[in-house]
Amino acid sequence: MSRLMIGVDVGGTFTDVFILDEASGQARIAKVPTTRPDQSGGFLAGLTADGDALSDMATVVHGTTAGTNALLERRGGPMGVITTAGFGDVLEMRRRDRPRTWGLRGEFEPVVPRNMRLEVAERVLADGTVETPVDIDAVRAAGRRLLEAGARAVAVLFVNAYANPANENAAVAALRAVWPNDHVAASSEILPEIREFERFSTTALNSYLQPEVSGYLARLETALEQGGFGGEFLIVQSNGGVMDPPTARRLPIRTALSGPAAGVIAAAHIARQSGHPNVITGDMGGTSFDVALIDNGDSVLAAQTSIDFGMVVRTPMIEIATIGAGGGSIAWVDKGGLLNIGPESAGSDPGPVAYGRGNDRPTVTDANIVLGRINPARPIGGGTLHVEAARTAIDTHVGAPLGLGTDEAAEAIIRVANSRMAGAVRLVSIERGFEPRRFTFMPFGGGGALHAGALISEVGLSSALVPRYPGVTSAMGCVIADMRQDYVQTVNMPTSAADVGQLAELIADHHRRGEKFLADAQVTFSGRDTIVELDMAYVGQTHTVAVPLPVAIADGTVVPFDHGAIESAFEAAYRRVYGRLLPGGVTRILNLRTAVIGRRPRIDLATLAPDAIGTSADARRGTRPVHFGRWLDAAIYDRLALPVGATVEGPAVLEQPDTTILIEPGLVGTVDRFGNVIIEREAP
Amino acid sequence: MDIDPITLAVLAGRMEQIADEMDATLFRQAFNPIIAEAHDASHGLYHPRTGETLVQGKSGLPIFVGVMAFAVKAVIDRADGDLNDGDVWAFNDAHLGGTHLSDMRLVRPYFHDGKVFCYLASVGHWHDMGGAVPGNYNPQATEVFQEAFVLPPVRLVRGGELQQDIVDIMLRNTRLPASAKGDLNGQLNALDLGVGRLDALLAEYGADTVRAALDALSGRAEALACAEIAELPDGRWEAEDFLDNDGITDTPLPIRVALEVRGDRLSLDFAGSAPATAGPVNISRGTAIACVYVAIKHIFPALPANAGVLRPIDVSIPDKSLLSAEFPAPTGGYTETILRMIDVIFAAIGKAAPERAIANAYGTINALSIAGHRADGQRWVMFSFFGGGHGGNPETDGLNHGNAPISTATIPPVEILEAAYPIAFRQWALRPDSAGAGEHRGGLGAVYEIELLEASARAFLFGERGRFAPKGVAGGAQAALTRFAFGGPDRWDTPPMVSKMVDIPLKRGERVRLQTPGGGGYGPPDEREPARVARDVALGYLSAHRADAIYGTAWREVNP
Repeated sequence: MSRLMIGVDVGGTFTDVFILDEASGQARIAKVPTTRPDQSGGFLAGLTADGDALSDMATVVHGTTAGTNALLERRGGPMGVITTAGFGDVLEMRRRDRPRTWGLRGEFEPVVPRNMRLEVAERVLADGTVETPVDIDAVRAAGRRLLEAGARAVAVLFVNAYANPANENAAVAALRAVWPNDHVAASSEILPEIREFERFSTTALNSYLQPEVSGYLARLETALEQGGFGGEFLIVQSNGGVMDPPTARRLPIRTALSGPAAGVIAAAHIARQSGHPNVITGDMGGTSFDVALIDNGDSVLAAQTSIDFGMVVRTPMIEIATIGAGGGSIAWVDKGGLLNIGPESAGSDPGPVAYGRGNDRPTVTDANIVLGRINPARPIGGGTLHVEAARTAIDTHVGAPLGLGTDEAAEAIIRVANSRMAGAVRLVSIERGFEPRRFTFMPFGGGGALHAGALISEVGLSSALVPRYPGVTSAMGCVIADMRQDYVQTVNMPTSAADVGQLAELIADHHRRGEKFLADAQVTFSGRDTIVELDMAYVGQTHTVAVPLPVAIADGTVVPFDHGAIESAFEAAYRRVYGRLLPGGVTRILNLRTAVIGRRPRIDLATLAPDAIGTSADARRGTRPVHFGRWLDAAIYDRLALPVGATVEGPAVLEQPDTTILIEPGLVGTVDRFGNVIIEREAP
Repeated sequence: MDIDPITLAVLAGRMEQIADEMDATLFRQAFNPIIAEAHDASHGLYHPRTGETLVQGKSGLPIFVGVMAFAVKAVIDRADGDLNDGDVWAFNDAHLGGTHLSDMRLVRPYFHDGKVFCYLASVGHWHDMGGAVPGNYNPQATEVFQEAFVLPPVRLVRGGELQQDIVDIMLRNTRLPASAKGDLNGQLNALDLGVGRLDALLAEYGADTVRAALDALSGRAEALACAEIAELPDGRWEAEDFLDNDGITDTPLPIRVALEVRGDRLSLDFAGSAPATAGPVNISRGTAIACVYVAIKHIFPALPANAGVLRPIDVSIPDKSLLSAEFPAPTGGYTETILRMIDVIFAAIGKAAPERAIANAYGTINALSIAGHRADGQRWVMFSFFGGGHGGNPETDGLNHGNAPISTATIPPVEILEAAYPIAFRQWALRPDSAGAGEHRGGLGAVYEIELLEASARAFLFGERGRFAPKGVAGGAQAALTRFAFGGPDRWDTPPMVSKMVDIPLKRGERVRLQTPGGGGYGPPDEREPARVARDVALGYLSAHRADAIYGTAWREVNP
């Protein structure tokens, strides 16, 4: 009987695999190179890298950047748009913004060129009145023209369709009768929410991805099937939930932040189980540092994001703040004599100077190497490192202009990089009203654990928690993620004028659709939830507050609620966000949002804990000079060989294949019962 | 005291984050969309003696980067040493603080060890400040009193005590007191937050270190500016452009600049610019200097928001000109004048150093409002700024439909406007043939056509570029003019003053149609690749006959 649950996360360099044997409770990990541009090769190689048969796999869950990369590299489409007469340029005009505040340089290419955006006669007014019924003959003619021009997907984008989808429905019905594939979508199907640019952009980018993502998923499914796989195959969405392949083919835009979302889901799970429910995650990659906040075990969702300038996606996604300070970020001194880190990056190719692949400008990783923090003989990814080249680069580009020696210059690079990372942590905590002392920093990815100690002291975080396998956190998150579907409908009326019966009917409709989605996926759930939120504000305000509405659903029927319930839910939410209410203020409901969630069984992290009954001394691998303001002899340990309960005082370096953990002087690391390393200030 | 370069880099980031966080606090809490959505606000830290900008938030409106120093200086002068911990000064007087009367400025001395360590300031564009026209864009004003209520610098908070009588005066002088109250609270909260964050920073690093960092940052900003200027060739270049009129008399108004580079110093002399005008296109001297800052920072984007940048730059503004207007000359349309100043500076740079030049952007905010009463008697006012093309530049064509160089504001969605007001947009589109030709052409302007769905209303336009088109640089051609018409759909009328008009009567089914300029072109049109011309024609950015006339017919040989 097949009992393996497998998470596969495809990253820029490596494809990570997390294998959980449900029968024995044992977990394993595997890592293979990512294949590009088609990631399916690496995906399949990773699945079987540890010798498992596809037929033994019960569940395969995939976190993918296939969609994101197709958007960034403009490899989607070709597609066409059919839109309201007079509005053919909405996608290109955006919200009248610009790429950067200063400089007035840069241009914008929409994913659908102007001659593939065709207008037809139709018009719905803001109150939902159909002023002009859609000209169906014109829609058919436009469809034919787009097909002749090579379109493989089409989006119908009508103004005010959120208020009444009748014209869009008629248009897509006519198109579906003639379109050769199922890549036909209307904006009101994808996002029935007010604001035409955001709705059109989300819908168009979704259509743009359909050919690419459908092809990718079809290749995976075919290969899985041919290999004898008979289990369930699921895809991680940006909201941290998973969906089945038919849904992913219909809504590929929901994979836009699939990989990072899975990492945050895993972090939340590790946080809950290990007794640190308040966590700030930090994923340090080659070019960026991604930060997310988990409050009491829950991640925070953002309503929209931009994949690139002018490429707006409005669908709930895990909120991740990104700054351009990764291991490959370049350190440089400007003409005014100020030391800067990034945004320019050497990435992973050519990478840091020490990689010897042609970059000669110093990076954050080069500084870590020069200071002895990274073992030059055993870098992540193999090979050896060119330490002298890194020293020369730091001397030339930082030491000489600032009048510092090599070690001091390297230390300066690390301090400025730490302060930039600390700024990102402050952004998601202090700036959002969260007290840092309540939070634990959880680094994942390759580089974060080198900077954990510095972030504890710079921001005032309580401690740091380095998961046992930080390099495969996203793959592990795939195995943990719940199944989730989000729905939205714009209401846009004063609360007092809202028909609560109609609201309840909308909720019931979302609930029915969500339940069907869960049932169709044929996945085992440990529980199901339907969560309802209203976007509300005082009349006159533009920024809305997310108001959780307590709604009971019995046998598919929504238990009636009244206006008073909505108003008191608003007051509770508004008070929580802004501190005080506006006396006598009149409130308005902008949108209704429903999330239907199928809870999946949780894995027990104890299965990941060290099983060796060794001692700290057995894990000791000697000492190495490491620079902390001056050169000190730091103890070196094999991290995975440290037993539960082991305590390591700084200065020390814990090494493992996918990361390096730095324990600075004055800090102490302890291995908890799950194998996590907890770094705290030494007791005074 | 000397400061090591590492601590300096760390503190620079910390202080910038404090200013950014003050911005974010106000954006979230503001009631009016001009602050909440368009980010027409700014916050920063200012020098304890001179008021000069030390650090400013990155997300506020670009024009405030230079102008806030004048607001702080006005308070320093008015207080004349009589300052106490916990005081907050407030005013909107544009002749003292720059920009226009819609901007409410709050200035708070930050004390350490009994002395002023620096100032914190907050500015935000309030929705309404009284005056003759709702929203305060009155193109027919001839004195500030017809534009808005004028508040000189007063102590709004004394030693931590909010002076309710002053708040009462402010709120009695606006059509939208709830909005004003919300914005005022947001600004006070932003200042409180800045004080808390500075307290923590000084506790962590010590006041001497932070002071040393502030001094060093000014020095480095100056060094950076000198290094950038030194890369320009020595010499003297002139440029001129014109405003259509001041809304009162239909006479073109020249704006002239002579730009001179000598080594690492730059001078800008605006002699020859028009005298102060009766209508509201005047600006104060402070606004003019701030505008130079904005133009220079667009040319050298790496320059920080720090007054040190201005030290190697001499700015000469002639007395009694529209660039140095005195109380009570009206300043409501200041945006149009500073956009033209930026245009002439860009044109002069285009002559001095074409490889750094950016052609003119569309050059007007085109403030358009439509107001009336619904059938139930309820009053409504739709008010927005509209977009246009950016200029071609050495790397790329200009951006289609961007925001103004002095702003980062986004435009409200059609669906939000239609849901809020009895109007329907009939067109919201790029404007073909509006871009200036060039090796890198300008971006396209836009066409907005709006139909009235109620029985009657009145429209107001405060625009520009109706007679003088945005210019190209380095051999690039000029863009199309602003075109405004009303009536329709069969008979269209145009404003006698081209780009400015009040009380335009509209009946149900009638429309206004605003066509905005594109950006100027960069480089000679005959150096544009024929394939790019062919693509512009294929996509409908450019009509075939105009392509032939401007670029020749080589594009017809290309398969796009």
